[in-house]
Amino acid sequence: MSKELYELGIKEAQEGLAKGEFSSVELTQAIIDRYHAKNGEIGAYLTFDEESALAQAKAADESRTTNHESLVSGIPIAIKDLINVKGQPCTCASKILKGYISPYDATVIRNLKSNGFIPAGRVNMDEFAMGSSTENSGLGVTRNPYDLGRVPGGSSGGSAAAVGGNLCIAALGTDTGGSIRQPASFCNCVGVKPSYGRVSRFGVTAFASSLDQVGPMTKSVEDAAILLRALAGHDEMDGTTPPDPVPDYVKALEGASMKGVKIGLPKEYLAVSGLDPEVKRITDEAIRTCEAAGAELVEVSLPHTEYAMAVYYIIAPAEASANLARFDGVRYGHRSEKATDVFTLYTKSRAEGFGPEVKRRIIMGTYVLSSGYYDAYYGKAQKVRTLIKRDFDEAFGKVDTLLTPCAPTPAFRFGANPDPLTMYLNDLYTIPSALAGVCASSVPAGFTNDTKLPVGVQFICGGFEEAKLLKVSKAFESLKV
Amino acid sequence: MKIDVGYVAELARLELTDEEKAVFQPQLENIVKYVEKINSVNVDGVEPMMHGRPLVNAFREDEVRPSLDTQVALENAPKRVGDEFLLPKIVEGAES
Repeated sequence: MSKELYELGIKEAQEGLAKGEFSSVELTQAIIDRYHAKNGEIGAYLTFDEESALAQAKAADESRTTNHESLVSGIPIAIKDLINVKGQPCTCASKILKGYISPYDATVIRNLKSNGFIPAGRVNMDEFAMGSSTENSGLGVTRNPYDLGRVPGGSSGGSAAAVGGNLCIAALGTDTGGSIRQPASFCNCVGVKPSYGRVSRFGVTAFASSLDQVGPMTKSVEDAAILLRALAGHDEMDGTTPPDPVPDYVKALEGASMKGVKIGLPKEYLAVSGLDPEVKRITDEAIRTCEAAGAELVEVSLPHTEYAMAVYYIIAPAEASANLARFDGVRYGHRSEKATDVFTLYTKSRAEGFGPEVKRRIIMGTYVLSSGYYDAYYGKAQKVRTLIKRDFDEAFGKVDTLLTPCAPTPAFRFGANPDPLTMYLNDLYTIPSALAGVCASSVPAGFTNDTKLPVGVQFICGGFEEAKLLKVSKAFESLKV
Repeated sequence: MKIDVGYVAELARLELTDEEKAVFQPQLENIVKYVEKINSVNVDGVEPMMHGRPLVNAFREDEVRPSLDTQVALENAPKRVGDEFLLPKIVEGAES
């Protein structure tokens, strides 16, 4: 085997474990050594409980039997720092949660553990998942492993940098408006945003509750299928997860091919001004590659696309402002020493704990929900959201999947987007599908010519069509190799 | 659209410095101006969409089961007394 252990993906690690080429302790130690060697430079992780990871790896090695499930157990997975893992910090990259230790496991963590995975290390993010560059982290800087002068994307920037920089085997991210897909594109990894309701959010710190989803960020499409199969399913602790059976996403990849796949090209997406010419070139090449492999291209229209950003920047801050009301300095989190009564306990604890983007969104959200404005903003946005969803329903009546750019640019330099509104435009291609609640992936598609930066393309499929999404993504991935 | 940032921040129980107010004011007005483009969409007769996949009556059995232990639930509290969270005095004139 020519690859270093830390370079392996899930599938390769499973094969190595099953053949007895290395133990889970050796694999986990390789990630820890890599963390010591590289994290100072890349800053993907905020914290790494080595002792706990190695103890779990040891337990996995000891329990290894001839049973296939336990044969492949003991693979470490990096966890975005807003998902609760019992006994570990969960800061959401916010000063307000410094020192917090989770008293319980999120359902996705229970699912990982019962499938033999080890939650190992806490990765950086934009504070409370609000941002597209991880520059809004209140606790540290994460750099793009492909160019240390550039951002890793966000909000799951730590997850993407850990996968892209080989500081982990795979990672969990969360996506509200593009937070898995855009950083995956920036750091050359595969990212999957499952359909709303496919994966439980219990134990995942809420940002915008009608949008948030947990998903895999991996080194291959097959790895994403393996991880999603473990994560997905009904959870009685999350009323948005229907009892629909979870297909075997790994099996669904068998015979993946572009032959006869109807790919929709939304005309509104390619007409966007501000689309980087290199991203356009790579997307056009991806489209031609699919066509040459037997896919049928169909132009489709998603006429309400131009309103999606506006709808999102009403709905997401509104829901965030309600969710973040729980940070009151009483039950957990930062408490101001300067408070003199209950009112200042709230106002000062929150002022000292939250960073600027979080404050901005709380104010925006509170404003659009405030008396006299609710119908004009939140109520109206929810109705336009219905129209956006209908656009997708109509498109998926004609095609299997949509192929679009994932982000309008490759990874940008630190400080390149000082204005909040221009930063928001990064999620232009990922927000409409998030609002519609459908599933989407980002798959590596190539590198820019001059700057050698990775660029991903996005595939979008209908709600609960993850099997189809992964199959198309796999077919595309095979064409690129 | 003119937002009274100070007033909205008070509603949100968030103290802002004068500097923050000065920075946020134009930024928020810009964002509000941008999102108001939805006003040009005709939504007559359109139902609002609350969730990606609406479910009705997603109940679970109402059975007694263990929950977080009191001591565990209190472990992250910044201030506590015995089995309770400690708060500043709420009612004027009452003993704290």
